[in-house]
Amino acid sequence: MADDIKPRIRVANTAKKGELVEVKTLVTHPMESGQRKDDSGKLVPRLIVNSLAVTYNGKPVMNLKIEPAISANPYLSFFVKVEESGTLKLTWTDDEKNSWTAESKIEVT
Amino acid sequence: MITGTLTRRTALAAIAAVMVAREASATPDSTREWLASLAKGTPKEGKVSLKAPEIAENGNSVPVTVSVESEMSDKSYVKTLYVAADGNPNPGVAIYEFTPLSGKAEVQLRVRLAQTQKLVAVAEMNDGTLFMASREVKVTIGGCGG
Repeated sequence: MADDIKPRIRVANTAKKGELVEVKTLVTHPMESGQRKDDSGKLVPRLIVNSLAVTYNGKPVMNLKIEPAISANPYLSFFVKVEESGTLKLTWTDDEKNSWTAESKIEVT
Repeated sequence: MITGTLTRRTALAAIAAVMVAREASATPDSTREWLASLAKGTPKEGKVSLKAPEIAENGNSVPVTVSVESEMSDKSYVKTLYVAADGNPNPGVAIYEFTPLSGKAEVQLRVRLAQTQKLVAVAEMNDGTLFMASREVKVTIGGCGG
């Protein structure tokens, strides 16, 4: 199942110096809330992506702690202030400590 | 997924499951406690704006936008943004920790809502002051369990 999980990230490739760039991202993940029951009536154990860390050129931009109340295939958007060209890196971690990363380069013109 | 016919037994089980879910649900009080345990102080109204549909047909995925009106400089910025829902099994939804590099404290997310309830967003500034906003969302089909 973990193989199906694919992070996607959409962000502009170029930006002006000091521009606020919107980052849109989605991970395909079932986000089992721990509340759902299977056909035999047993609770399906919780398994969610519980955090997202965002860095730009290695500097922290934002950290997000995610609770089960976030929908399956979590879509998130936020901003980053771009002062110089660099790499935006996103790292998701789930309850089983699996992690996925996605990177995107932004060039300041 | 409900594929077979709805028998009396499954119908009763479904009703029982809903009742259990209601009992275990967060309340406005437990939501306030959850927020108070994380953000010390009394939040003031303002600065924060919370956008969500008035009526959500499907509670599995309700689009929500939260933004905080504030500069994001080293001197003054939004440090943390807490999002809570007072009618879900647990009040917590998400906790954002921003830095001045975030540029703008505006985020979009999709939320599961178990029933009609109030969404609450509390922003903590770097100097410790708190601001909040809340909004009720009517939910037609709940998005927890199933």
